[in-house]
Amino acid sequence: MLGKLDWSAIPLDQPIPLVAGGVVLVAIFGVLTWVVVKGHLPYLWREWITSVDHKRIGVMYILLASVMLLRGGSDAIMMRIQQAVAYQSPGYLPPEHYNQIFSAHGTIMIFFVAMPFVIGLMNLIVPLQLGVRDVAFPTLNSVGFWLTATGALLVNISLVVGEFARTGWLAFPPLSELSYSPGVGVDYYAWSLQISGIGTLVAGINLVTTVLKLRTKGMNYLRMPMFCWTTLASNLLIVAAFPILTATLAMLLLDRYLGFHFFTNEAGGNVMMFMNLIWAWGHPEVYILVLPAFGIFSEVVSTFSGKALFGYRSMVLATMAICVVSFMVWLHHFFTMGAGPNVNAIFGIASMIIAIPTGVKIYNWLFTMYGGRIRFATPMLWSIGFMVTFIIGGLTGVLLAVPPADFILHNSMFLVAHFHNVIIGGVLFGVFAGFEYWFPKAFGFRLDERWGKAAFWFTFIGFFITFMPLYIVGLLGMTRRMQHYDVAAWRPWMMVAVIGVAVLTIGVICQIVQIVVSVRNREALRDRTGDPWDGRSLEWSTSSPPPVFNFAFNPDVRGEDAYWDMKARAKQQMLDADGPQYRDIEMPRNSPTGFVCAFFATIMGFALIWHIWWMVILGGLGAWATFVVFAWRDHDEYVIPAAEVAAIDRLNLQQRRGLVSTAGEA
Amino acid sequence: MAMTATAGRAHADPHHVGSVIEHSGPAPKRIVTAYGFWIFLLSDIVMFSCFFAAYAVLSGQTADGPKGSEIFEQKTVAIETVCLLLSSFTCGMASIAADVRNRLWFYVSMAITCALGLTFLVLEFREFADLIARGYGPSRSAFLTAFFSLVGCHGLHVSAGILWLLTMMAQVYAKGFRADILRRMTCFALFWHALDIVWVAVFSVVYLLGSAP
Repeated sequence: MLGKLDWSAIPLDQPIPLVAGGVVLVAIFGVLTWVVVKGHLPYLWREWITSVDHKRIGVMYILLASVMLLRGGSDAIMMRIQQAVAYQSPGYLPPEHYNQIFSAHGTIMIFFVAMPFVIGLMNLIVPLQLGVRDVAFPTLNSVGFWLTATGALLVNISLVVGEFARTGWLAFPPLSELSYSPGVGVDYYAWSLQISGIGTLVAGINLVTTVLKLRTKGMNYLRMPMFCWTTLASNLLIVAAFPILTATLAMLLLDRYLGFHFFTNEAGGNVMMFMNLIWAWGHPEVYILVLPAFGIFSEVVSTFSGKALFGYRSMVLATMAICVVSFMVWLHHFFTMGAGPNVNAIFGIASMIIAIPTGVKIYNWLFTMYGGRIRFATPMLWSIGFMVTFIIGGLTGVLLAVPPADFILHNSMFLVAHFHNVIIGGVLFGVFAGFEYWFPKAFGFRLDERWGKAAFWFTFIGFFITFMPLYIVGLLGMTRRMQHYDVAAWRPWMMVAVIGVAVLTIGVICQIVQIVVSVRNREALRDRTGDPWDGRSLEWSTSSPPPVFNFAFNPDVRGEDAYWDMKARAKQQMLDADGPQYRDIEMPRNSPTGFVCAFFATIMGFALIWHIWWMVILGGLGAWATFVVFAWRDHDEYVIPAAEVAAIDRLNLQQRRGLVSTAGEA
Repeated sequence: MAMTATAGRAHADPHHVGSVIEHSGPAPKRIVTAYGFWIFLLSDIVMFSCFFAAYAVLSGQTADGPKGSEIFEQKTVAIETVCLLLSSFTCGMASIAADVRNRLWFYVSMAITCALGLTFLVLEFREFADLIARGYGPSRSAFLTAFFSLVGCHGLHVSAGILWLLTMMAQVYAKGFRADILRRMTCFALFWHALDIVWVAVFSVVYLLGSAP
């Protein structure tokens, strides 16, 4: 009846996951009770859960990422403490638990923090920057988000029901095959990634189509803001790379569920095929994450330097070059496989070549700042911090791209330090910059600068204290994923690293305090102009938060930095004092399709993990039926009458008129 | 930064690029939908290409089991191929019928497409069942693993396509040739033809190359 599921799945003998799970459950039930008692449920359902508004979905993506960041961060703290205390002792985490923690940490940070954060920002901002009213497929957008949430939910269920994979974040076979991992851990891993992977693919298709087909009048390719370009590149990579992940995990699951022999040691299976396939996805994935961050830095640096982006066209070229070359370097993840010197040399050189367009970008940002009047607001601090940090990470990356060096450093703590250096210094700093920069746009008030700056400095310094020692222990020969060790020389560095994590944690706390303080002082921090930073692209030309239809009129773009242009001319149609002819606007209707579909996907995923076959069928039929019901809908749009549009837009115009009149001299 | 309005203007297009052809604004829904579906199809083909790659890597790993030439039946495959290619033609007929709003021809063409697709699936199912009965299931060797997965993946797509086909017929029956239904029909047709293309590759790589002794 319930497949493999019984009471032994609850880890009653392990206090840590039980207590953690208990706290989370209490928190969730607390929030739910509060929502129901206070009567917020209808509002949440109407305005958020069933919303197909790209801005709302973007915010929900970012919320999901932030919550999961705390989960992944807790895992990181536990690992650092374990390695600090487990010198000539077993530490406080038993090996099977420690292995689950480092696997969950990697999986969560990449798939459920970095991915939803960048996709959330792209969702939130790209339609605004393109001057359009929504993404290409609004309902699918909601489906994509909720499927991502399903994946995150399944990973967290594994905390209290069953176990998570102990195989590392990419579940390499043969360790992840049934014979070596008989539990449900790998199944939790694979199914949650399959389900959230579909969500990511949907988001990718949606954003590619949006950028290529839904630009406002006059928004030629070479007038798009950099963030739109990097979004395009990143989503092209999603569309090309995520199917590889889906196929690879499908093969692994076939091995585990039906006794196939893709990656087994028996009957001719080929383990190294897994490495090739997974990294053919895995390396582009790195650029899927970091390219949008590059876009954010471009926007931020240009805005806070008060200058147009230096070398716009070279930036576009560099972005697209990275997009292409990122597919030609995957083998550098396993130089030690033994593919031979020629193959290794080609992939090593390709990996070094990718540093060239990245270097072009760094110089472009520096030259953008050169001669500009720089304002050191929080987003700008994150950007400058990024440049410093990322260059170090990039250089150690070039070092790792040299095959002979890689043979020594492969799977060492040096590698761990390197990829944290680029992912934290690149992606995380990027999304934090984007968060600080676009928060006023999403919510209508700024974030508190003092707490924001404190968060930056603690995170920035904490990062270096944590990860520079890891470079050193890597050079001292420490391999990654060690539950305990006996080498005295590593010990002091591990102690330094754990202090670094404490500093990083203070940074995270500052960021939480920043949000609380800002919400409390929101009236003082209110942005009535819609343009708090003196921005240059179209998202700043509408109110904060934007109306559901984004723009009363499709903006007419005449050049790069479209909004800067409008402000300078200051007599653009949208800001016309006479008041133009407003028209009715058709917007897509809300739909619970995404939520209901994800509900059934959760049931199906859980049932697949525990081999509850009747429930699998139930979930599958439910998901299909949801789509048929959606397809049967007769009215998929509603009309906002011209009078309402006019009322909303006039209020916005009135509030920003003061700003516009001074923009030219600003 | 003291800046006059003119200077600001110049600043807004510092490289004087993009002044050749003005982009005319968002594309109509029909274009957007079909374009998005094309992107999906490309991603689907990337997924197939992984299974093709796996087949190429593993096709020699027979683990003392049968080779392709010992188990492939060219007659069945030939009939399967004819069924699919013909169904592409009838699917095209259905698209034309939808374009000219002819319900009768639409239903007839879709029904024939469905029948041909089902014939294909039955033949494939019998091939699979026969192999498994002889002890040559996917667990027998890595070659058979890759064979069953690649061909089965295509078969699953055809099954999903038939489910979609029936839903499309029901939708046209219930709602008529509405604009959104015609957009879906375009996507369905693209999907069905793409499966045909994938089959041509399966036929060539698996059955044709594999039949060599």
